[in-house]
Amino acid sequence: MNGYILMTIIYFITRQVGETMNTKTLMYILKRILLAIVTIWVVITVTFFVMHAVPGGPFTSEKAVTESVEAAMEAKYGLDKPLHVQYLTYLKDIVTKFDFGPSLKQRGRTVNQIIADGMKTSVKIGVIAAFIALIFGVVFGAIAALRRNKFVDRIIMIITTAFVSMPSFIMGSFLLIIFANHLKILPANGAAKNGLILPIITLSLYPMAYITRLTRSSMLEVLGQDYIRTAKAKGVSGMKIIFGHALKNSLIPVITYFGPMLAYIVTGSIVVEQVFAVSGIGRSFVNSITGRDYPLVMGTTIVLATLIVIMNLVGDILYKIVDPRITLE
Amino acid sequence: MIGEFSDMDNKILSAQVNMDDFIPATAEEKEYMVQMRPSSTFFKDSIKRLLKNKVATACFFIILLITLAAIFIPMVWPYSYEQALGVRPGKPVDNTYNDLAPFEYSKSEMKKIDAGEKVVPHIFGTDSQGRDYFIRVVYGTRISLAVGFFASIIVLVIGLTIGAIAGYAGGKVDLIIMRIVDIIYSLPDMLMVILLSSVLKVALEGKLEETVFSKIGSNIISLFIVFGVLYWVSMARLIRGQILSLREQEYVLASQAAGAKGKWIILKHLLPNCFSVIIISTALQIPSAIFTESFLSFLGLGVNAPMPSLGSLASDALNGINSFPYRMIFPALVISLIVLSLNLFGDGLRDAFDPKLDT
Repeated sequence: MNGYILMTIIYFITRQVGETMNTKTLMYILKRILLAIVTIWVVITVTFFVMHAVPGGPFTSEKAVTESVEAAMEAKYGLDKPLHVQYLTYLKDIVTKFDFGPSLKQRGRTVNQIIADGMKTSVKIGVIAAFIALIFGVVFGAIAALRRNKFVDRIIMIITTAFVSMPSFIMGSFLLIIFANHLKILPANGAAKNGLILPIITLSLYPMAYITRLTRSSMLEVLGQDYIRTAKAKGVSGMKIIFGHALKNSLIPVITYFGPMLAYIVTGSIVVEQVFAVSGIGRSFVNSITGRDYPLVMGTTIVLATLIVIMNLVGDILYKIVDPRITLE
Repeated sequence: MIGEFSDMDNKILSAQVNMDDFIPATAEEKEYMVQMRPSSTFFKDSIKRLLKNKVATACFFIILLITLAAIFIPMVWPYSYEQALGVRPGKPVDNTYNDLAPFEYSKSEMKKIDAGEKVVPHIFGTDSQGRDYFIRVVYGTRISLAVGFFASIIVLVIGLTIGAIAGYAGGKVDLIIMRIVDIIYSLPDMLMVILLSSVLKVALEGKLEETVFSKIGSNIISLFIVFGVLYWVSMARLIRGQILSLREQEYVLASQAAGAKGKWIILKHLLPNCFSVIIISTALQIPSAIFTESFLSFLGLGVNAPMPSLGSLASDALNGINSFPYRMIFPALVISLIVLSLNLFGDGLRDAFDPKLDT
């Protein structure tokens, strides 16, 4: 089933690529990839130098460390070398080995291991939340557009407006109060059985509301176009117009939201994992900040930022490929 | 020209034109032509359109009410946000002040009431340290609103200056600025915000003492710096786009022909015409700044304790959410109300000030 869907998607993309690919598009894609690479490099550089500008080394907070021990520790982690040497080593390790070095506070573990551990849960939550947001968002958006200015549309718009205006930690806390404390049907702790349901719902509400509004407005625009009128005039039924003619085109703006949605889910998970005590990458990020585990902070920031930049890139390129009408700058 | 008065003698032409049409208008007729209503400016028109939008007007009054309450209530309220009510100099700590539910009183207050004295009720109860929760929420609102407002102003000033320069100068300056904007724009903002404020918090600690900023706290200053560094880009892009299209207008050419210099043209011609775009995006910037502040406060990177902000109140409430859910609900409701009203008001502003935009 999944394989079939994937094949279909790949088929459509390659067909579209074949149709719209020309030198201009290619140049645009190359430019975007270059920008993405520069951005990731800026992230690495900024993160590195910002973290090294913090007054007091990472070991100053440790109690009863003699100077010789501190020097030995710094030598072990390469902190005694000049800054630019450290920077070049760090950059080289990331580019060639994707290695972020050892964690300072969790002895014996590397940053890579900690990130990989956290990613397991976080990716699961994030991907499911994104799918829920996408499916329900599109369905609700289509319904709202069809029933424009009717009761259902009003209700959907009011609810989505409320969801868009609520910070994720507040949404999470409300869900926690309602479902875990009062109704007692779902656990409040992410480690418990079914514990990931509430975090997933919390994380999906904002993007879902956003996609609903996006789909609604783009669907309304598409429904006003000539080819829809032609289809109506030919006597095509309402359902068939929506799903056969209008939906495909009105989904194009939704593609641009891929990148921002991922960015939201990544930052949202930082908060949501805190609220529901889920041991994911977001929680380890916050802990690494409060615990001053610099390599972990740097590693997590760089990995998450790279993820976001790549998703933005993919979203942008897909957008240009899917809709040949879009003019390139 | 047909019908010119010099052609009066020409019989053929005068037959073609009804000369009565060219009689000067009488005073009465002139009166009739005078516009009855005073000419309306763009600004007045927009305000009128805005007032017609009931949702936006209601939201404006909600914001106004919340702002006024946040400014004036702390002045008259008998409790202060940092005062633990149970702690009095020279007396043992009175624990009955701690963790009061809404409208409950401590023992000593009960005595006072029994003695016929009036005691201002703890509308939202008190927190675990015996501080009046209502005034903390009000004060938190004040902080959140102020942060949102000033952050937007910072973004506005920086974005406006750089955007205007890029748009007007064009060429290499524009190219360089826009590449920088592109890169900052594609940085994942929230991650950078967390990173920068966590570092600035440490870096600024202690350095601010005995300066004007010490009262504001290192965290809020670092928040402002982060906003100044990261969030100006979308404003700059917007302004640049506007300026680029505006500077091709004829009146700019006319001004240049009359010898106007760049600064004059930017300040007198281009910026006033960007006015509506500026207003709209600043209005929409405030809720996003409040959002960011609450997010950072929630992670413990927001305002310095004991100063409350809505985000830090909600964050503190998370620990006792089983016993005191209302401590979460009050700040959460206020924050949602503020952000919602500001968003709807901003949308209303956009509709009113940008009539060309038909959405």
